[in-house]
Amino acid sequence: MGLAALWLAAALAALQLISGFLSLRVADNPLASVVRPTAIVQAALVAVAFLCLIAVFWRTDLSVALVAANSHSAKPLLYKVAGAWGNHEGSMLLWVTIMALAGGCVALLERRLPEPTILATLAAQAFVSLGFYAFLLIASNPFARLDPVPTEGQGLNPLLQDPGLAFHPPTLYIGYVGLSVAFSFAVGALLTREVSPAFARAMRPWVLGAWIFLTLGITAGSYWAYYELGWGGWWFWDPVENASLMPWLAATALLHSVSVLASRNALRAWTVMLGVVAFAMSMIGTFLVRSGVLTSVHAFAVDPERGTFILALLAINIGAALTIFALRAGTVSEGERFAVVSRESALVFNNVMLTAILGIVLLGTLYPLLAEALGAQVSVGPPYFNPATAVFVLPMLVVMGVGPLLRWRRDLFVRVRPALILPLLVMAGVALWLALSGLHLLPLLGIAMGTALLMIALVPLRGRRLRTVTLPLWGMVTAHFGIGVALLGIACDSAFSTERLVAARIGETVAVGPWLVRLGRVEPVTGPNWTALEATLAASYAGAAPSQLKPQARSFWTPPQQTSESAILTRWNGQLYTVLGEEAEDGRWQLRLWWKPFVTLIWFGGVLVALGGVLALLGRVASDWRRHIATAKIAYRRQRQGRG
Amino acid sequence: MKRLLFIAALFVAAPVQGDSTLPPAPYANVQLENLAQEAKAEALMETLRCLQCQGQSIADSDAQIAGDLRNQVRLRIKAGEAPEAIRAWLIERYGDYVSYAPRVTGLTWPLFAAPLALIGLAFVLLRRRFTRSAP
Repeated sequence: MGLAALWLAAALAALQLISGFLSLRVADNPLASVVRPTAIVQAALVAVAFLCLIAVFWRTDLSVALVAANSHSAKPLLYKVAGAWGNHEGSMLLWVTIMALAGGCVALLERRLPEPTILATLAAQAFVSLGFYAFLLIASNPFARLDPVPTEGQGLNPLLQDPGLAFHPPTLYIGYVGLSVAFSFAVGALLTREVSPAFARAMRPWVLGAWIFLTLGITAGSYWAYYELGWGGWWFWDPVENASLMPWLAATALLHSVSVLASRNALRAWTVMLGVVAFAMSMIGTFLVRSGVLTSVHAFAVDPERGTFILALLAINIGAALTIFALRAGTVSEGERFAVVSRESALVFNNVMLTAILGIVLLGTLYPLLAEALGAQVSVGPPYFNPATAVFVLPMLVVMGVGPLLRWRRDLFVRVRPALILPLLVMAGVALWLALSGLHLLPLLGIAMGTALLMIALVPLRGRRLRTVTLPLWGMVTAHFGIGVALLGIACDSAFSTERLVAARIGETVAVGPWLVRLGRVEPVTGPNWTALEATLAASYAGAAPSQLKPQARSFWTPPQQTSESAILTRWNGQLYTVLGEEAEDGRWQLRLWWKPFVTLIWFGGVLVALGGVLALLGRVASDWRRHIATAKIAYRRQRQGRG
Repeated sequence: MKRLLFIAALFVAAPVQGDSTLPPAPYANVQLENLAQEAKAEALMETLRCLQCQGQSIADSDAQIAGDLRNQVRLRIKAGEAPEAIRAWLIERYGDYVSYAPRVTGLTWPLFAAPLALIGLAFVLLRRRFTRSAP
């Protein structure tokens, strides 16, 4: 049933593609009226296929190969259902499902653009989808059957058995796929030569939405890795993390250039180019994660053949898009001009910086592959990425602070100078104070700039009545403020964290930072599909009454694997992070303890950035809606006048 | 008391120093008592790759070999070796793969040229745009 729905959906995608393109060639083609309904029905069908997959996982139907390989009857229900997309085939099905739903939404809702552009957009969307349908149906059928039926499944990787799994991959995928819509819009607009502010306004909600999901996905993924891996790290510059960061960087750049295009009719070619790049990064991300060509903390599905398939899809899609771009770029002018000191130029500067960071991350991530092809093994890690990206991040953050204060078209720097004096003084003061306490350069710059950014981010609100401030402006202020918050968290974590690794006897007390941690007892406990040793720790902050923490060392039996479940105590000013290790021969227990001041700001910042996106999106959608109502009213009145 | 245990552990460890396959590895999960030395060791460990799990540094890996390497790094730092000398020794032993900080070689120079090239490119792009479009 699921498979049948999938085949039908694929066939409809082919129809959508053909009719879409044909209607471009021939004016008033009868096929044009088919495109929108096809997109909607295709979305419904693939949604049915995906629900079928969830159903077989729910029932743990072991005759389905995918279920047998990834599930187990003893697993909690949440992870059974989440297991549907915790594996290669399922996640690919999730991908096309979201993509088809997005296509359906465009078909259903988008009325602002000229009809040919919409049809071309839907055709491009169908073209991309078709590749993924082929991939699912040929190389990784999620509904393949097993005969004979096994008596028990193999279970899911224990690291994935966490509430994070239920939400993290869908969030990122929605982000990736949202960018596919931006890509389709870009291709559609190129085909019909309609790169206009109207195009930018139609594309903007999709970019914003995708960007919100990517931001949330990365933030959640980072926190998940932080508490699940058990070593207190929150970003590893790991290929899979980079795979989610690269689309985000591209989407951030795209988001800003789309705004310039929408309100100033400038940066046309650049915006279209970024639309293509952003989706290319999504596909490279999927390729890196799914092919396992790069070894990674998070690599759960490793299969070179599938990697090749995704790589081929990537080459076809991006190759085609770039060819169209190359053919049509000449016909797309850059649009309105602007002066060196203007809001546009600040946005251009940051676009270039974001793209440069993207380049560095892409190169560093792929370089080990390249080196291996040349016969050498190298690793590229934090010692490379941190300084190489900081070179671009720091100037970018400066411009991010100043840019929103500038006016469109042209401005004088003298006009905004007064607003900058106080933050700069504070920044210099903080930097001086930290330098005297002997901090390293990068954390020092991070804290000083973070503090200044918090102040500067609020300046655009100065002198306005808060009730009249528009939602998009609130969104921008919130997002920029969030960047400052996250930066502070990152810098504080790397500057002030203290770590204690000890072998402790029962009853022994260990000091870490301002905390005193006493090891109470270690007992065995059991869960639905694991057993564990659980330590009871009593932690007291600067002499206050102790609170309990219970870190566990878990042993899963399907499949057999050890994980350490950290226990974390959160205070307003940081987190105490505790992990139970192995027992030594003399009856002492390995304990790993960290005091991480203000580390939570990293994820609060991420959430604020996403919230800023949500506010902006709400504002845009609301104003689009009002405009829609207004035009409808005018049309209605005209109709009545015509009759009267 | 803890001091005494450390010293006792050191005595046990002394004969097997330099041999990473044999237990015990007293400093696999225990820090050096000299804080400055420990900070140095940690900074180094965070830039060394675990050879087994492959996506994590030896400072944050549960694998046996990561523990052995941590022990080696701490013992050598304690003996007064410079971090970069230890890195060189590990690279000699396990290859470039073990170090997250790529060295500048005939193979990796593009990696280091790239940021400079990008700065140059960004400068040219921005300059061209602004000089062309200045009204």
